[in-house]
Amino acid sequence: MFENLSEKLQRAFKNLRGQGTVTEENIQEALREIRVALLEADVNLNVAKELIEHIREKALGQEVMTSLSPTEQVIKIVRDELVALLGKDTARFQFASRPPTVILMAGLQGSGKTTTSGKLAAWLQKGGHRPMLVSVDVYRPAAREQLKVVANSIKAKLYEGDTKGEPAGTPLVERLAKEARREAVITGCDTLIVDTAGRLHVDSDLMDEMTRLKALLNPQEILFVADAMTGQDAVRSAEEFHKQLALTGTVLTKMDGDARGGAALSIRHVTGQPVKFIGTGEKPDAFEPFHPDRIVSRILGMGDIMSLIEKAESTLDKKKSEEFARKALSGDGFSLEDFRDQLRQIRKMGSLQSIMKMLPSVGPFSGMQQMADQVDEKQFNRVEAIINSMTPYERNHHEVISGSRRRRIANGSGTTVQEVNQLLRQYAQMRKMFKGIGKGNVLQRRAMGMMSGMRGSGR
Amino acid sequence: MIQTLFGSLDQPQEKGFFDRMKQAVTRTRDSLSERIDSVVAMTRGVDEAALEELEMSLIASDLGVHVSAEVTEQLRERARREQIRDGAELRELLKSSLKKILDDQEKPPKTVAAPPEVILMVGVNGTGKTTTTGKLAAYYRRQGKTVLLCAADTFRAAAIEQLEVWGERTGVEIIKTRQGGDPSAVLFDALEAAKARKIDVLIVDTAGRLHTKTGLMAELDKMRRTTQRLIPDAPHEVLLVLDATTGQNGLQQARLFTESAGVTGIVLTKLDGTAKGGIAIAIARELGVPVRFAGIGEKVDDLLPFDSGAFVEALLGEPAASRS
Repeated sequence: MFENLSEKLQRAFKNLRGQGTVTEENIQEALREIRVALLEADVNLNVAKELIEHIREKALGQEVMTSLSPTEQVIKIVRDELVALLGKDTARFQFASRPPTVILMAGLQGSGKTTTSGKLAAWLQKGGHRPMLVSVDVYRPAAREQLKVVANSIKAKLYEGDTKGEPAGTPLVERLAKEARREAVITGCDTLIVDTAGRLHVDSDLMDEMTRLKALLNPQEILFVADAMTGQDAVRSAEEFHKQLALTGTVLTKMDGDARGGAALSIRHVTGQPVKFIGTGEKPDAFEPFHPDRIVSRILGMGDIMSLIEKAESTLDKKKSEEFARKALSGDGFSLEDFRDQLRQIRKMGSLQSIMKMLPSVGPFSGMQQMADQVDEKQFNRVEAIINSMTPYERNHHEVISGSRRRRIANGSGTTVQEVNQLLRQYAQMRKMFKGIGKGNVLQRRAMGMMSGMRGSGR
Repeated sequence: MIQTLFGSLDQPQEKGFFDRMKQAVTRTRDSLSERIDSVVAMTRGVDEAALEELEMSLIASDLGVHVSAEVTEQLRERARREQIRDGAELRELLKSSLKKILDDQEKPPKTVAAPPEVILMVGVNGTGKTTTTGKLAAYYRRQGKTVLLCAADTFRAAAIEQLEVWGERTGVEIIKTRQGGDPSAVLFDALEAAKARKIDVLIVDTAGRLHTKTGLMAELDKMRRTTQRLIPDAPHEVLLVLDATTGQNGLQQARLFTESAGVTGIVLTKLDGTAKGGIAIAIARELGVPVRFAGIGEKVDDLLPFDSGAFVEALLGEPAASRS
């Protein structure tokens, strides 16, 4: 696995403490590590070089502040630099002064244009818009069928059109696009999302077709749909698409994987246009506006705490959580009933894996991300089943659960006595741990122990 | 057009830092070959600067920091030992060492005790599994073999229809279910059918999945076990379909797909673009998985058995940009 940048920098700066200033020599090693981190995250080589120069200039001669360690200082510079490059704010979406607003989706094959078109439509619908979808991908087998299925699943309007046996080619593409626009006006749709065929930036015929589509539709937004896993080549395709079409933004897809997404930096650099959205899964609502500061953390391997907090805020029942925290940290401790409630709440946020992935891989959470892949989600079903098989009294008074009760609970939940034992043991541990936190104990080791317990029992 | 009345919406280019960054990036368009040529021209002898530049070039081709460093280190050693002074010689040396990394992993495909030979196509979303499945069917048809396709991507919208079109194009029958059906069930049917009809090759198209989704990866493992239950020595090939534009994440893809699906080889797709798939070398080096096929276009015969020599030649020799 990748070693975290912070850990590497810490090593590089081991000898720096006490030296007063960051000098050319002592920063050399650190800069090397930063460069490697950027390259491993697929940031383009030349972009990385340029960035390193900037970071060097900023870091040199800086007083080593007592409040920040040299590592923290350099990381701050790196972060600031990357965030500045990606643009500070979430990019806005442009709407036409006179509807329909036309959005042209462009990109290489397999980057996720059709899926993204559907997600964008769902997002617009949620914002009170009336989008219409049309696919002008007359080349890939069943591509138009795919958009139709997607549109149906989100109940979005689709202009299906009729190829009338016309051969696949630019005239057909233009006809479908024109008809869809007319249809959008007639039916009062305020946005038209045009899903196009994937094409290589070196395919001049198909790139010409894009140019003609642009001239025909005069779109407000031309979004470049790019795969977050793209490597060094990202700059070439993005640059060429931008040169021919003047892109207005990028959608970075497949961000639910573990790619660092350095391509975002590269694409932003060559196009000068913001990344506007990210795709985070296969469901229609797995689609979010892009936040530069978050992807910077990810590129540097430092987690995505902001997204985690946001997700928590939107899904968790705040009152219940506070109640739980109060109980857990107080002397009484929390009951198995509370535990089950809490478990249900957390699971509402999505898979535990995705939650753990958002934690920074430094500090108290180091190691959690690596463990995320080993978590067995089904284990949670079993835990819930076990608690469900207890009587309310047992849930609130775990100490009464005797051997025969355990057997009954195991039978009732389709598990084994060992599993019931293990749950009770973990519960007791957790109660103790939380009480410890209430008294100001160390969180990390205990939390880790708890997680590895869950992992181990899943097999 | 009404919209033209409102003027062009093209945004003015941002000046300053971005422009400089853009300039910097434009330099990458120089192909690796040009870079190497410049290394060669720069130095009559082989010095440290030349090697470092070479290392950068390998990184720019997605070989990754570690493999690039390793390859460069070996090159440095050999250059010293063999007294290589000439840049052109250095380049040949690089070619041969990259080729060797790939060739070392070549192993003959598993022998098929009795037909059908079962090939499982796996990979992340959008790498070209369905297209490759279709092209692979054509490839075996051209060899005079009987082929059956199994549409086990029951998840993605219209994936089954897409494979059906490929079935028609190649004149190959396809075993399918409805969207949302159980992929292992349709696989079971396809295996039975292939056995009953004495088919030579059964190619199974699976749904794209990110390697980080444990549940979906377990599904692949189940499909593999289903296959084994019906045909003990199958699947004979598990091909990871890998997009040539993939960066360093490709290594992780290969690692996790090998763990759950037992990948036996790689199909490198979209090699007709400007990306040359350098990650395949990193995968061969670190995981020992060979490349079996190369996808070079969307037409039915745009799939070739992998040729390491030609691949390395393209990586090091061909101008990347076919435009100004």
